[in-house]
Amino acid sequence: MKKEFYNIAKLVIENSKILDVGCGNGELMKYINENISKDIRGIELSKSNVQKCVEKGLTVIEGDAEKDLKQFPDNSFDYVILSQTLQAFLDPENVLNELLRIGKKAIVSIPNFGHWKVRLHLLFKGTMPVTENLPNEWYNTPNLHMCTIKDFENYCRHRNIKINLKNLKFHNFFSELGIFVLEK
Amino acid sequence: MNKFKDIKKIIIEKPLKLDCGQTINNFPLAYETYGKLNSEKNNAILIFHALTGDQFASGTNPITKKDGWWSYALGPGKAIDTEKYFVIAANVIGGCMGSFGPSDINPNTKKPYGTNFPVITINDMVNAQYNLLEYFKIEKLFSVIGGSMGGMQVLQFVSNFPNKALTAIPIACTASHSAQNIALNELGRQSIMADGNWQEGFYQEQNKQPDKGLAVARMAAHITYLSKVGLQEKFGRKLQERDDLKFSFDADFQIESYLRYQGSVFVDRFDANSYLYITRAMDYFDLTKKFGGNLSKAFEKSHTKFFIISFTSDWLYPTSENRDIVIALNAIGKNVGFVEISSDKGHDSFLLDVPDFLNTVKNFLNTSYENIK
Repeated sequence: MKKEFYNIAKLVIENSKILDVGCGNGELMKYINENISKDIRGIELSKSNVQKCVEKGLTVIEGDAEKDLKQFPDNSFDYVILSQTLQAFLDPENVLNELLRIGKKAIVSIPNFGHWKVRLHLLFKGTMPVTENLPNEWYNTPNLHMCTIKDFENYCRHRNIKINLKNLKFHNFFSELGIFVLEK
Repeated sequence: MNKFKDIKKIIIEKPLKLDCGQTINNFPLAYETYGKLNSEKNNAILIFHALTGDQFASGTNPITKKDGWWSYALGPGKAIDTEKYFVIAANVIGGCMGSFGPSDINPNTKKPYGTNFPVITINDMVNAQYNLLEYFKIEKLFSVIGGSMGGMQVLQFVSNFPNKALTAIPIACTASHSAQNIALNELGRQSIMADGNWQEGFYQEQNKQPDKGLAVARMAAHITYLSKVGLQEKFGRKLQERDDLKFSFDADFQIESYLRYQGSVFVDRFDANSYLYITRAMDYFDLTKKFGGNLSKAFEKSHTKFFIISFTSDWLYPTSENRDIVIALNAIGKNVGFVEISSDKGHDSFLLDVPDFLNTVKNFLNTSYENIK
């Protein structure tokens, strides 16, 4: 399992009610389900990923987070997890608002466009960065709204979204990934 | 009636108040079971059949000698594994496979009820079948499962008996029968009624059968169970045992021949009045309206874990209508999973060999069963 998932899993409390938005093939859900909380479900857009979740015996709702989060009532989950998908939504601001509405806490991870490798790539090669975390070319990337850790922190500050940094070390220059625990 | 003498049935003695206002009692409910009830009585599944189904979901139907309607999904080692689970299936009231229906003899007139049979609803069907829990002394079902009209019964069951099923799988169904579906059912009913042999529903006592009307009803309905892509792939414009068009109204095309065949075999196993009554029950189904336009209220008291399944090419009970049920459950924070299965087999997908569908059911049941052990 990806190191990121261990780090996210460490942030949720035992037996809490969790929604994994864009849960992919269910890897993180499975880990949390087996080790931390049975009360976890996911939303996933891709049919093949939904089938992989079903094969793992996980509760999954096939759907589109941009449209389907509105059906959940306020504060219906202890945690809502969004791993490396925020930048791929058409309207990430709306998705973020929805996460904070339906979850008491939101755990959001973003690929950091401010990482030194990305900066060097653009500086020296003059082309859009292609890295391990950002493997696509500019013409086929699903990432519509790339940002840096600093951008995201600024965003949260302006929107009065509380960033709970307790377990995390953020370095805009050295982290390929930012993991945030957000509260309204 | 004699052909049903060897099938299993319970006689429901206590009165059942129907939605139409009439009360029935001492009526038969025919059922079949598969697998064994365990000593804890926590492995029982009640499955509900669709419009033309019956209690013989698996194995060979002893009356028609055909395979059970859910042979792909139900049996030893299958998605609904009868080596693990005890499966009960009943024939709905209004049906024609041994349960109380319009071809039964009215004790007052000594003649078949015909159209004097009371109009029944999905709610009535479910309330009648609830007696099976008492009969088998099952406190709580492990699951309730059904597709199409069977799925409507699943929704109604959980709504009526919120704590009697641990899990529920409504498949390819709706919480509120659409105008299109009412229209298609009306087409079938009018076809039956237009057959001179129908005799206002009293054809049995005159030894007549509205076979032509019933066959056309089935042909029309059968098209709605398939998809355009599926039909095109299977039949295209292929000709039936001929090299060229015959410039006549014979079945030139394979699709014509296929539909005629489907119609002709259907009349041998199904009663025309039952077709009228059961389609009516489907049309009257509107769980959303019953709860003042808020479907969530139907499930408020329930702790049942839902898994809802739809199919991409099902235009009769499209994904959007299935998703409405998911939305209603999510809106009140209930536990629900949802999958739309890719299939070009149309509404019939739930009856056919669609591996993604069968695996989905199997995985959901197995995981849920692991959790109770």
